Amino acid sequence: MSGTEQNLGQASDRNEAAETMSGAEILIRALTDQGVEVIFGYPGGAVLPIYDALFAQNNIRHILVRQEGGAVHAAEGYARSTGKPGVVLVTSGPGATNAVTGLTDAMMDSIPIVCLTGQVASHLIGNDAFQEADTIGITRPCTKHNYLVKDTDEMGRIVHEAFYVATQGRPGPVVIDLPKDICVNQGHYEKPDLDNLQHKTYRPPTTGKPDQVAEAVKWMAGAKRPIFYTGGGLINSGPEACAKLRELVKLTGYPITSTLMGLGAYPASDQQFLGMLGMHGTYEANNAMHDCDVMICLGARFDDRITGRLDAFSPNSKKIHVDVDPSSINKNISIDLGIIGDVGQVIEQMLAAWKQAGHQPDAAASTEWWTTIQKWRSRDCLAFDQGKDVILPQHAIQRLYELTKERDTYITTEVGQHQMWAAQFYKFEEPNRWMTSGGLGTMGYGLPAAVGVQIAHPESLVVDISGEASFMMNMQEIATAAQYRLPLKVFILNNRWMGMVRQWQELLHGSRYSETYSEALPDFVKLAECFGATGMAMRDPATLDDDILKMLDTDGLVIADVQVAQEENCFPMVPSGAAHNEMIMAGNKDAESPKVTGDGMALV
Amino acid sequence: MSEKPEADPKHTIAVLVDNEPGVLARVVGLFSGRGYNIDSLTVAEVDTRRDRSRINIVTSGNEMIIDQIRAQLERLVPVFNVVDLTEDGPSIERELALIKVVATGENRIEALRVADIFRARAVDSTLGSFVFEVTGDSSKVNAFIDLMEPLGLAEVSRTGVVAIARGADAM
Repeated sequence: MSGTEQNLGQASDRNEAAETMSGAEILIRALTDQGVEVIFGYPGGAVLPIYDALFAQNNIRHILVRQEGGAVHAAEGYARSTGKPGVVLVTSGPGATNAVTGLTDAMMDSIPIVCLTGQVASHLIGNDAFQEADTIGITRPCTKHNYLVKDTDEMGRIVHEAFYVATQGRPGPVVIDLPKDICVNQGHYEKPDLDNLQHKTYRPPTTGKPDQVAEAVKWMAGAKRPIFYTGGGLINSGPEACAKLRELVKLTGYPITSTLMGLGAYPASDQQFLGMLGMHGTYEANNAMHDCDVMICLGARFDDRITGRLDAFSPNSKKIHVDVDPSSINKNISIDLGIIGDVGQVIEQMLAAWKQAGHQPDAAASTEWWTTIQKWRSRDCLAFDQGKDVILPQHAIQRLYELTKERDTYITTEVGQHQMWAAQFYKFEEPNRWMTSGGLGTMGYGLPAAVGVQIAHPESLVVDISGEASFMMNMQEIATAAQYRLPLKVFILNNRWMGMVRQWQELLHGSRYSETYSEALPDFVKLAECFGATGMAMRDPATLDDDILKMLDTDGLVIADVQVAQEENCFPMVPSGAAHNEMIMAGNKDAESPKVTGDGMALV
Repeated sequence: MSEKPEADPKHTIAVLVDNEPGVLARVVGLFSGRGYNIDSLTVAEVDTRRDRSRINIVTSGNEMIIDQIRAQLERLVPVFNVVDLTEDGPSIERELALIKVVATGENRIEALRVADIFRARAVDSTLGSFVFEVTGDSSKVNAFIDLMEPLGLAEVSRTGVVAIARGADAM
């Protein structure tokens, strides 16, 4: 298709106020105009002009990571904990390809990222030049949108457009590919009116259709067994959306459950909160989802970790789904009432509509529903029995929670059992406090994400709840933390196994533990010390509290090697292929547990 | 996908896009990446002043899949508008094909006769061959090709479907 010169016609419209400077200077100026304070990056040949421009200014701070994958996760942690877009700068070729995992992670979890990738000079593109990769082609499916800047005069416009696309509607990663000559050449820049930017084609939805909201509220008021099912969309919509959610949940008195990504949108300590739902969700949350008659899904996407076997998912409920992305509605599950809009604004509309119509929840039905829920709750599905000999991972996280809940704490995780236990046992009261890789499930996310969080919140306590296998996937970022003197606390639940994979092998593959034992582990204490950090070994349940307090009170970076029970499994668990109310519970793996089916074996 | 493609109804979807580099790759990548079928695809710039191109896609799938395809297309940043012409009221579909038939004697005469019935024009001729140009909806083009098969069909080049809604409303 043509179109290479479509944007060049604007030169004649250029305002007198436009300034002339190099492409790299325009880039930095545009980032500054966007309010960017931090860039996570790694230099290389193709981005040298940009690093030169960075060198000459003091508005933007550059954080040097140790591998480009870490830069994107750090930017994700920064974005998730602040609500602002994260910015990444990497070089061409391997710099860009190393960023792909992080971009895909941000795509799956709807995290606003602007990733600047260097590119070989325009005339070399397509020649298999040194450190050339087809970054636009490679990142097309793992970004919300991407741009190749072909003219220095276009630099400013594209940067501002990229921020708009990354942050508006359903957020996501945007790549800007920057050929070296474009950064060196002179061009014009003029700051646009950022409050009134309008994209040519992209029009994200805002409010829901009022008649649909009124109908939804009517269904909610008439419900006998309602449930709110909330997700990461609320965190993306912002603290205000979470405040409105709390108001709506209190107004109705209905139970609420949350996905992994949505934790913190509603306070976990509240009585109406049933805990997380899904594959490792609570007994009460999954049963309530299955038996409800009206499901109000707010900013979640009926992921396969939530639904279990599709034909058995909440069979008797009318389903309301509020999402800013129309493609999320009716994707996996048939929805009875889909409302397209920003979840925060729609909740506000719901509150107004509920009050205006004078709705009252059905008190008798509500009492009955809560009685049923209490019965499920009394099963105490997360109970564990901490003995004297060895620390249970659940206990370690519960103690960490108890000892940090009064502090200004941010938690990141890697991926696996420790992540699920963190979601189950760490109670989040506020949004933006919980950074985890949900959709993509990227081991190695937590440490660089913690770097990003700590950069954004230098005075706060940032803990990476980690596993020994995940930790080793991106442990080079310890050097980043050391360089910037970030007082991270890396809390490694070390069970010497790739625990979640081991658990699946035990439950689905006849306990054939193929390649999941963590052989040749380093001494984490010495590892910490060689980076100039403090290493701690935690072995004894009796001294765990003291050890954790010591970790918290140690200045600077701490790596804690918490030796936990090796073969502990994460329950409840909905095995793949089972219905979402068929859970394997702790303690009775054999008797009444759902059996893993042949079909389930083929599922992830 | 588990369903057999032929079991699902065909839909013709028109997509109006900003004519920026790579926009076709985005659309095609979406179909391949998410496992949707493409039976036919046409693309050309339709508005030079506003830099807009139109992509016509013939695809197949059940209702949920077609809705999903539409929503996924609408989600692409450079997409202005998506219309399911099959779903949204009556529409016209046309295809143009160039069909080479190599034949002599009776078959040559028969090919000309069939071409006449189909209002196909001979746009190239040698003593041993014709190239016919035929336009119509896909079933007409298919029928014509089927009839040419025993008469010496040698080569087929088809544009794929272009389509537009009937009536005064514009996309």
